[in-house]
Amino acid sequence: MIVKAPKIDRRSFIVGTAAVGGGLALGLQIPFRPGVVRAQDGSPEINAWVVIRPDDTVVIRVARSEMGQGTLTGLAQMVAEELECDWSKVTTEYPTPGQSVARKRAWGDFSTGGSRGIRSSQEYVRQGGATARVMLVQAAANAWGVPATECIVSNSVITHKPSGRTTTYGKVAEAAAKLTPPATVALKDPKDWTLIGKPVKRLDTMGKVTGAQVYAVDLKLPGMLNAAIKDCPVFGGKVKSFDADKIKGRPGVRHVVQVGDSGVAVVADTWWQAKTALDALPIVWDEGPNAKVSSASIADMLKAGLDADQAFVRSQNGDVKAAVAAAPKKVEAVYAYPFQNHAPMEPMNATAKYTPDRCEVWVPTQNGEAAFAATTAAAGLPAEKCEVYKINLGGGFGRRGAFHDYVTQAVLIAKQVPGTPVKLLWTREEDMTHGRYHPVMQAKMTGAFDASGNLVGLHCRLSGQSIVASVFPQLLQDGRDNLAFQGLDPSGDFELGYNVPNLLIDHAMRNTHVPPGFWRGVNINQNAIFMECFMDELAHAAGQDALEFRRKLMSTHPKHWAVLKAVADRAGWGTPAPQGVYRGLAQMKAFGSYVAACAEISVTGGNQVKVQRIVCATDPGYVVNPAQVERQISGSFVYGLSALFMEECTVKDGRIEQTNFHEYDSMRIAQMPKVESILMPSGGFWGGVGEPTICVAAPAVLNAFFNATGKRVRTFPLKNQGVQMV
Amino acid sequence: MARLTINGKSYDVTVDPSTPLLWVIREQVGLTGTKYGCGVAQCGSCTVHLDGAAVRSCVVPVAAAEGKQVTTIEGLATGATLDKVQQAWVDHEVPQCGYCQAGMIMAVAALLKDTPKPSDADIDARITNICRCGTFQQVREAIHAAAKA
Repeated sequence: MIVKAPKIDRRSFIVGTAAVGGGLALGLQIPFRPGVVRAQDGSPEINAWVVIRPDDTVVIRVARSEMGQGTLTGLAQMVAEELECDWSKVTTEYPTPGQSVARKRAWGDFSTGGSRGIRSSQEYVRQGGATARVMLVQAAANAWGVPATECIVSNSVITHKPSGRTTTYGKVAEAAAKLTPPATVALKDPKDWTLIGKPVKRLDTMGKVTGAQVYAVDLKLPGMLNAAIKDCPVFGGKVKSFDADKIKGRPGVRHVVQVGDSGVAVVADTWWQAKTALDALPIVWDEGPNAKVSSASIADMLKAGLDADQAFVRSQNGDVKAAVAAAPKKVEAVYAYPFQNHAPMEPMNATAKYTPDRCEVWVPTQNGEAAFAATTAAAGLPAEKCEVYKINLGGGFGRRGAFHDYVTQAVLIAKQVPGTPVKLLWTREEDMTHGRYHPVMQAKMTGAFDASGNLVGLHCRLSGQSIVASVFPQLLQDGRDNLAFQGLDPSGDFELGYNVPNLLIDHAMRNTHVPPGFWRGVNINQNAIFMECFMDELAHAAGQDALEFRRKLMSTHPKHWAVLKAVADRAGWGTPAPQGVYRGLAQMKAFGSYVAACAEISVTGGNQVKVQRIVCATDPGYVVNPAQVERQISGSFVYGLSALFMEECTVKDGRIEQTNFHEYDSMRIAQMPKVESILMPSGGFWGGVGEPTICVAAPAVLNAFFNATGKRVRTFPLKNQGVQMV
Repeated sequence: MARLTINGKSYDVTVDPSTPLLWVIREQVGLTGTKYGCGVAQCGSCTVHLDGAAVRSCVVPVAAAEGKQVTTIEGLATGATLDKVQQAWVDHEVPQCGYCQAGMIMAVAALLKDTPKPSDADIDARITNICRCGTFQQVREAIHAAAKA
């Protein structure tokens, strides 16, 4: 590589990568550098995003992580659209975080969360493709001694129009790499796109059906040992003692080591040997100050916040307290949302190799730069002596983005076995009990009607955990966590779609010792339930149709309304449903996209719910790959409805009680509704896709459940109310 | 010591006989397409065939697999020709993250062996693997497509 890597200050580094868009300035400029930069196989880089091999293979660099959501293919489509290359010759590779540091963040942000994979890199990756195209064409023109303006390009073939001469990208790549990149390039008008917007096949399917794809758990390195770990079951607790002698003679066991303050690991020849030895290892924990905390004590703390005087105000107009006091009719409801674990199918893991001169980590991560920061910090080595190799994830859902506890652990273990690569793999039980949980939240919703039945006041008081306060406290704004209000904001990517003359949205922050995290959808999951179920409660109280009631509040939110109207029309809202079938609606704007759903359910015995069909609409501005967007949508209902019906992590004696899928269940195919997706990109903005739809799953089904049974459930998951999904 | 037949090849492995078949396949034999997801037969990521029947290998002691034909995802295709279930998975672009899909495919391959034209109810009863990405809509389409192939 080219330049000496700067030492990273971990704290400022994390702030930089967390701030949305904040770290992208460098990535927006395609940096000019003298000399040709070469890929490992010697092929020339045209720029940071594009490498072209002599056989015309186009290697597109992708900085974001692939965890199933299809971003790898979508980002490649965007580069290829501007590059005008032959799509059948496209392959991809991940630049490493170490390379990115060495090249002054040439690839911008690696963070793959917040449904930002496409939308927050779309501009600079398209510029990367366009810049490379201009250089390749110029190289051909130079070779022919003709003006570049006389050349056209299609499918990696450059043609000099007047003479009919042709050449290919592979032939001119070497010369193109030596050219000075143009200062500016024009991007195509979206109406001229030929690859963006097409349902081209994903680039990464084959290895997943043959077993050939190597996940990080599958990694084999020469001389590698395997580690299993237990961290203190009570968050904030520590290791008091452990008796390594008890397991030293077991087959394969090489080392028994403490990991930081709170963990103990066994390192063995095989993982199964390590895991069974660890199970036999006597460990005494110092459980610390949180050993008495329970779900009940946490719920009591949140409940007190519902009526607390002090709360952080996010959105306010009119005077809601006066409106409620004066209202001839008011409605009040309290909702509660539980802790939930991400539970990606691939448990947390990382492989580390440490020597005093170099630390390398192989890891499934949603944020290579954050994994790199964790590596340098745990290794105690400067950035230029560290490297992180990203490996495709067996699910992420937010667990593997902001948190790299498993990377820290792997490095701390490897430091005690210098020179030997060690693969650390958590058991499912460790994964379930050491998550970064969906925050707990309660809400008191209050609505006020005037004498004519118009909604004149709405107060949403949230009470519960702040992810930002726990994870990125430097991003709090005068103590307020703006992220807690996702979906309820006055404007922006999470804009509430309703106008109410007197409105107050506030949050009594009540933090717990259970660490919260960004769980696919983050705070829209509970906020959509609170707002959209309560909208139905208000409509019911006013004796009005749920769609019509909303419409009257949405006059200045035409895009919110458009998706809601679309699902209502497709589902036949207002027309009779099939016998025994009941419908429910929900809408929200989240991660920059407008989403809505209409659920159709049937209920037997008052508690056996069959979700028959869900019609869903999304307006994400632009759709890069409609086939993958549809898969994100139908998959979102699995994540969202599993959460609604089945998923809760309860706390007893300071620890999480659920240890595996028998206690923390997930939907199976028998429970899967038929999902119909309506993609309605209206252009002019870029919204996310991976998360928004999840939040309308629960309220749409809950509203249908009320319509079917007359019963309004406000505490989740539904299994606690004896309501099951069949 | 145990003697195993996996994808038609013989392996002698030196392990405690209580070791789950999953870990022997992954660690001693070195075939890593079969995945660990839960260790308690809940998720199905570790599904392999034992004499043609789908089993969750995380709870099958290796001793129970001796003398039987073990088939893993790596042994499903015939040379370079994908099994019809794998081909349907490619055609319908089923996998998202893909981690659970080897187990899912093995469960479906076993289903189609004894129920060549499964109804939706058959699928619901027999395919109980967990997929957190939520590929079920595409899984169902692909099963029906494979049944027609």
